[in-house]
Amino acid sequence: MTSAAHADTPQARLSALHRIWRNAPGFVGQLTAVNHTTVGLRFIFTGFAFLLVGGLLSMFIRLQLAWPGNQVLDPALYNQFVTMHGTTMMFLFAVPIMEGFAMYLIPKMLGTRDLPFPRASALGYWCYLFGGIFLYSSFLFGGAPDAGWFMYVPLSDSTYTPGLSADFWLIGVTFAEIAAVTAAVELIVAILITRAPGMGIQRMPLFAWYILVTAFMIAFGFPPLIMASVLLEIERAFGFAFFEVARGGDPLLWQHLFWLFGHPEVYIIFLPAAGVVSTLIPTFARRAAVGYTWIVLAIIATGFLSFGLWVHHMFAVGIPLLSLSFFSAASMMVAIPMGIQLFSWLATLWSGKPWIRVPMLYLIGFFFIFVLGGLTGVMLALVPFDWQVHDTHFVVAHLHYVIIGGLLFPLFAGLYYWLPLMSGRMPSESLSRTGFWLVFIGFNLTFLPMHLTGLLGLPRRVYTYSPELGVSWLNLLSTAAGFVLAVGIIAILIDVALCIRHGRRGPPNPWQAGSLEWAVPVPVPPYNFASIPTVASGYPLWDDAAVAARSADTDGLLADARDGRRELLGTGLLSAAPEQVIRISHSTWVPLLTALTIGALLACFIAKLYLLAALAVLPLLALVGTWLWTTGDRHAPAQVEVAPGVRLPTQASAPNAPGWWALVVSLLIDGSLFASLVFAYFYLWLGAPAWPPPSSEAGGWLIPAVAVALLVASEPAMRWALHSGDRGFPMRLRAGLLLAAVLGTAFLVLHGLALEATVGAPQTHAYASVVWTLAGFHGVHLLVGVLIAVFVWARSRAGYVDATRRLEPRIAAAYWRYAVAQGVIAWTVIHVFPRLAS
Amino acid sequence: MPLQAMRIPALAAGACAASGCRGVQSALDPAGPAAATIAQTWWLMAAGATLVLALVLALLWYTLARRQDGADFRHGTRVIVLGGLVLPTAALIALLVYGTDAGRRVMAMDEAVDLVVEVEGRQWFWTFHYLDDGGARVASTVNTLALPRGRMVEFRVSSVDVIHSFWIPRLGGKIDAIPGRTNTLRLRADLEGRMRGQCAEFCGLQHARMAFDVVSWPGERFDAWLADDARPSPTPSPPPVELPAARTPATPSQSTGTPTQ
Repeated sequence: MTSAAHADTPQARLSALHRIWRNAPGFVGQLTAVNHTTVGLRFIFTGFAFLLVGGLLSMFIRLQLAWPGNQVLDPALYNQFVTMHGTTMMFLFAVPIMEGFAMYLIPKMLGTRDLPFPRASALGYWCYLFGGIFLYSSFLFGGAPDAGWFMYVPLSDSTYTPGLSADFWLIGVTFAEIAAVTAAVELIVAILITRAPGMGIQRMPLFAWYILVTAFMIAFGFPPLIMASVLLEIERAFGFAFFEVARGGDPLLWQHLFWLFGHPEVYIIFLPAAGVVSTLIPTFARRAAVGYTWIVLAIIATGFLSFGLWVHHMFAVGIPLLSLSFFSAASMMVAIPMGIQLFSWLATLWSGKPWIRVPMLYLIGFFFIFVLGGLTGVMLALVPFDWQVHDTHFVVAHLHYVIIGGLLFPLFAGLYYWLPLMSGRMPSESLSRTGFWLVFIGFNLTFLPMHLTGLLGLPRRVYTYSPELGVSWLNLLSTAAGFVLAVGIIAILIDVALCIRHGRRGPPNPWQAGSLEWAVPVPVPPYNFASIPTVASGYPLWDDAAVAARSADTDGLLADARDGRRELLGTGLLSAAPEQVIRISHSTWVPLLTALTIGALLACFIAKLYLLAALAVLPLLALVGTWLWTTGDRHAPAQVEVAPGVRLPTQASAPNAPGWWALVVSLLIDGSLFASLVFAYFYLWLGAPAWPPPSSEAGGWLIPAVAVALLVASEPAMRWALHSGDRGFPMRLRAGLLLAAVLGTAFLVLHGLALEATVGAPQTHAYASVVWTLAGFHGVHLLVGVLIAVFVWARSRAGYVDATRRLEPRIAAAYWRYAVAQGVIAWTVIHVFPRLAS
Repeated sequence: MPLQAMRIPALAAGACAASGCRGVQSALDPAGPAAATIAQTWWLMAAGATLVLALVLALLWYTLARRQDGADFRHGTRVIVLGGLVLPTAALIALLVYGTDAGRRVMAMDEAVDLVVEVEGRQWFWTFHYLDDGGARVASTVNTLALPRGRMVEFRVSSVDVIHSFWIPRLGGKIDAIPGRTNTLRLRADLEGRMRGQCAEFCGLQHARMAFDVVSWPGERFDAWLADDARPSPTPSPPPVELPAARTPATPSQSTGTPTQ
């Protein structure tokens, strides 16, 4: 680990950095890699692969719809293709590919070496890949999901979709979503605490703002879908009753949970692409973005507003007009932050000296297509108009205009823009434009007619239509143009591949951009910067010509990797002043093995081998334990010298440790998950004539009261443990941890007994289902808290924890407090609320 | 009264018919006041959207094509505030006010109801029960709906299995048919003739075939049919089952009292 005594020359430092940061050689190296450059490119490559698969499905759909009465696909296969097309594009292409761009670019733009949780990035990738494979394997096991990518109940419940197809969707999509959740934690922490010194939050790159807001939106927006998927899966597998009318459930609960996710989802897809636009426009206008503050406020406003729009997908379900008007107004309001960004871009171009190259061509395409899509979105926000065109091809037209215009065009622009960074070669100004025109013309001819066919009465998800509608020729046009679009997309991907291999070599920073990623040498070294740069402006390369050269030198911050560890510089949240040295993981097998174990567990579950699935939890816990045990560095000194005379603490002793912020963000995500479940409880209560229903009783007070008292008592026990540890009493720390664990376990046993006696089996009624799910959800969280407490107990015994290295007890205590609070809320909802309500 | 209110959309529809917006299932070929209101809304919004798109593209063209040796442009913030804040806010408020009023008119909650029809959606056909003033079912039809011209009909829509959606584009917007709920939709047909409705919520294998015919008759003829020829049926007739892919879908099924043209 410590380098042997050898000459401390610049060359020696560079080769030390190379040795420490590079992936292991060969195929093994690819499987164990955790570096953000490798994993980010992997996400992008896999994302494009899924784009092609989803696109292939759409070609069959278009062939089937080209003329009435076609028999290219029978109805069953058509419904599978339509479902898988939407599911693939939304979950396996649109979100992951922008995650890939963010993973690749953010550390470089922020002036750091890697993301703070490299193993989490790698885990995310494997879960994404295996989740996609899991989903597609459904074709081999009785048929792919076919209830539409919204999976509305009752169509997707076990009565109307028997077999396993819906379970493949529910489990496969949730598996792939692990990537989104890990990316959210990773990117938030990276943007908050690993920016280059001097990169205050008021001048960090706009792309970082977009990704920060997107990551928070993922944190709050994905859990409702995860919770809905869990609820539907346990209804299908174990007979619970959340959505079934006969047992007190409500099919609309699914729609609310789905769209609480679904609307933020489309902004999660769009915002990173808008970030690409906000990055490229200043470069191609050759001036700083006009209205930086306006743009940041607009991004944040979009993030918040997007959570208040979801009912606009449900205007036809029979909700009173007054409520609909609120959502209609909010849906229109979100056009305002969009407009602010749009006019900022226009003002930047107006104030600058624009020049057109291939990336800018795609941005022009973006302006046309996305603005048109946004305008039809405003039309759809008008309730009476939506009543006509909801669930018709008008909506299909709108969504493709905003997604292809708002995501795909900026994506291609970014692909060509950063191609020289990734490969050192330039796009071809003549050939690369062909792809653009094929896609632009093909896209518009495919989807513009669909506005009209929808208005002429063509619904969504139909495998054929009557010639009486008069839409036959328009559909034929859409199909023919669809082939042009497909050829165009393939042409672009081939062109990019050819440019990477054979393109003309370009100079460093060929677009003369101002942001830090262009200071990284090409080919990109695995450590990005030999010395961590210091910045003083929002466009460092424009205002400080020497920053690239200085960061390639080896006499700056963290250039001396004498301990042989991968190190990042941690800086303050707002001011970005240097604060800590973060030691991150080297290449390891653990993420891949963990993802494989999760996949095996889920495969056992879907095959109804529940005992085997439960047993698979054991190797999973062992892997997680190994992961955590190897986090940080046991032998890390309390302080590390980052530059001559400058010493900073390592993360175990730092107040803003990445692990601490990971916990905070994870608890926000988990809190959203819990809130979705509590929402389900109250939504079901609203629709029920009696609560609890006659099949359950309220029960006595004594046992639940004793149980919750035990739970609440565990909190001061944990506090005492933490304070004892801080004051240097390790034995009391360990005793307190175990005491809290015992009290928590006692609560679980007692509370379980109390529910058993009163609520009845979960399958009897939606009330019983949601109460047991609430209690079980919290139970799992408390058990995790017990495991964390035991883990920290072991770490204390092994000497990893003391009064200065207090990060782990701090995390255990904070998590425990969260689990206790969640338990008190769940207990109040279960035991106090029904008595108040009756 | 209905004819006068339909003057503007009639003009638009006239222009539209020349370019092929007519159709038995076309929202742009209204046969009733609700659809006419919505069609008018569409034409207004389409015109506005075209203007906005043209403005944005013109600005984009101008910023890219202008000579760059001109004076420095220093009014960026003004552009952002005017174009991104003031213009959209004004336009959206106007649209929202107009839309809320249009929504209320379309729902027709203040109008008197002349006929109540219960609509049952099931995989994959529609059953209609016509009620008398006392709420008893006096007639039932499957996959064909008879309506009296010029009278307000209230549809009470539900489903017996999965979620469907009841939609007659030439008359107005749609309403979902959800098991365990009864949703209400009011429509009036002001023109005679044949129209078409279709299920508009994906409901499984034969969702594409779940269409129904609508015939609008003069009031006396409808009353005569209801009194003489129609029969109530307590349970719906079996669905029109296999529809070979090659032929035109959904000819009306035969059940007691199915109206003929």
